[in-house]
Amino acid sequence: MERNLMKGNEALAEAAIRAGCKCFFGYPITPQTEISAYMAKRMPKVGGVFLQAESEVAAINMVYGCASSGVRCMTSSSSPGISLKSEGVSYMAGSDLPCVIVNVMRGGPGLGGIQPSQSDYWQATRALGHGDFQILVFAPSTVQEMADYMEKAFDLADKYRMPAMILADGLLGQMMEPVTFRSDEIRHPDPADKPWATNGHGNKRKHNIVNSLYLQAEELEELVVQRFKRYEIVKSELHEAECYRTEDADIVVAAYGSVARLAKSAVDSARDAGIKAGLVRPITLWPFPEQEVKAACKNAKRVLCVEMSMGQMIEDVKLALDCRLPVDFYGRTGGVIPKPSAILEQIKILNEKGAE
Amino acid sequence: MPEFRKPHALTDVPFHYCPGCTHGIVHRLVAEVIDEMGIEGDTIGICPVGCSVMAYDYFNCDMIEAAHGRAPAVATGVKRGNPDKFVFTYQGDGDLAAIGTAETVHAATRGENITVIFINNTTYGMTGGQMAPTTLPGQVTQTTPYGRNPEVEGYPVRVCEMLATLSGVALAERVTVTDPANIRKAKAAIRKGFEFQKNKQGFSIIEVLSTCPTNWGMSPVEALSWLKENMVPYYPLGVFKEGAVR
Repeated sequence: MERNLMKGNEALAEAAIRAGCKCFFGYPITPQTEISAYMAKRMPKVGGVFLQAESEVAAINMVYGCASSGVRCMTSSSSPGISLKSEGVSYMAGSDLPCVIVNVMRGGPGLGGIQPSQSDYWQATRALGHGDFQILVFAPSTVQEMADYMEKAFDLADKYRMPAMILADGLLGQMMEPVTFRSDEIRHPDPADKPWATNGHGNKRKHNIVNSLYLQAEELEELVVQRFKRYEIVKSELHEAECYRTEDADIVVAAYGSVARLAKSAVDSARDAGIKAGLVRPITLWPFPEQEVKAACKNAKRVLCVEMSMGQMIEDVKLALDCRLPVDFYGRTGGVIPKPSAILEQIKILNEKGAE
Repeated sequence: MPEFRKPHALTDVPFHYCPGCTHGIVHRLVAEVIDEMGIEGDTIGICPVGCSVMAYDYFNCDMIEAAHGRAPAVATGVKRGNPDKFVFTYQGDGDLAAIGTAETVHAATRGENITVIFINNTTYGMTGGQMAPTTLPGQVTQTTPYGRNPEVEGYPVRVCEMLATLSGVALAERVTVTDPANIRKAKAAIRKGFEFQKNKQGFSIIEVLSTCPTNWGMSPVEALSWLKENMVPYYPLGVFKEGAVR
């Protein structure tokens, strides 16, 4: 297996192509730029499509059309652009269409900034558009994971017929690390696996319709209820987290994405200072890995949630623990990256407080 | 004598359109063209939001329901992923020339190989007759109860004239369906649009001046006369661009 030194954004793009993504529709925005640039260069060489849309709204609706026809496709953006895509994401969820959306998060709200952030957690896991729906959300924390979860996102989006998101941030997108791709070659998913696709019936079947309009309330309710039953299956099958030195930990730090890397350093420093600290790192943010978080905290006295936001994932951590443990928060926002020394300081404070 | 039949490209679902509405005629013309070209199995249609929102139930080819105004973007996605298939959108004036203006203009200027059927009836029919981007000066609607005042609401958009300036457009033609002669011309224009698509010549738009007797508060016959007397002078019929792209 060949190892490549790549930026996180480039690894995402290459992994998508190897997963069989045939069409990319995007609109320029920092800090996801390298994804578009890579796709623009590589897609024409492999018989794929790169198209720069006139807006984020158009880009996601191109994805909607392309995904309707059964073709693997994606879009990528950063926070303000993702807000614009929410219309299309809701329509895709309502039409049970698979696709992959990348959000390389930056500071917000509004135009915000262009430095790394994690302040779109709620948007991704709670409300990426109007209506009752969920999407799959993956939070890689290394360039290798950017590649791994991109391929996985395509496969699982198809499997569950729902949009999937890679929730990264500017730090992960821009950093370079070695990466090995799961697929040596470009995969070609079988179009026959999507009998629902609107790709022309060829006079061989009844016409297919992709639609999310149901004017009879009871009919719409039934469809949503069925979709939520599918979500229950997803929840039972998909929940991933990394546990690091949590077995005997008094203080468990909960963090995801790039922040988890900083938290890991802080945990090691705390251990060096004689504090039993550990880290639980959710990888799937929806479904949230409740069992893993609960197991990681089984001997803990306190939990510290660290995020690049004002505290969003902390709600899921508290829910996973049924509020049985005190969960404190430390975060920086607006594009400021927390320092491992500051996280260590928080761990020390909590260790002194001890159990409640 | 040829027998008068329903085109195969139309399903057996009864249209929900109001009496005197010309959507039914235009649906039929599109379906006849699909039949005559033998492309039903290779065609994907995109419906708008508006009165023709449920056109997916009426056409026998594969159909996609788009968000309001996004049909050209959705069509772009289908076409780019399936360049050998036929893709058409069916859109109203609010959909195409207000909320979806950006998608329309950019699909046109990219020269997307799609065919756009544009129904201009100067009103938002489904929501009860509000002002459309094509509502005529002085025309009374629910949201222009004193008549459209250009000083307040601006002027109506002439879509074909605007798009004819773009290099990616292969066909921009305005037709109407008020009488048999015009219906024949409309069908010929729609056929031309699909032929341009077949030859990969770029974007084609066929604007069909249409009636909305319900929201205009007229009988079907009065509506046809009103269209001829008021819409045609502002929106002249004819070809605004035709031929080789670029």
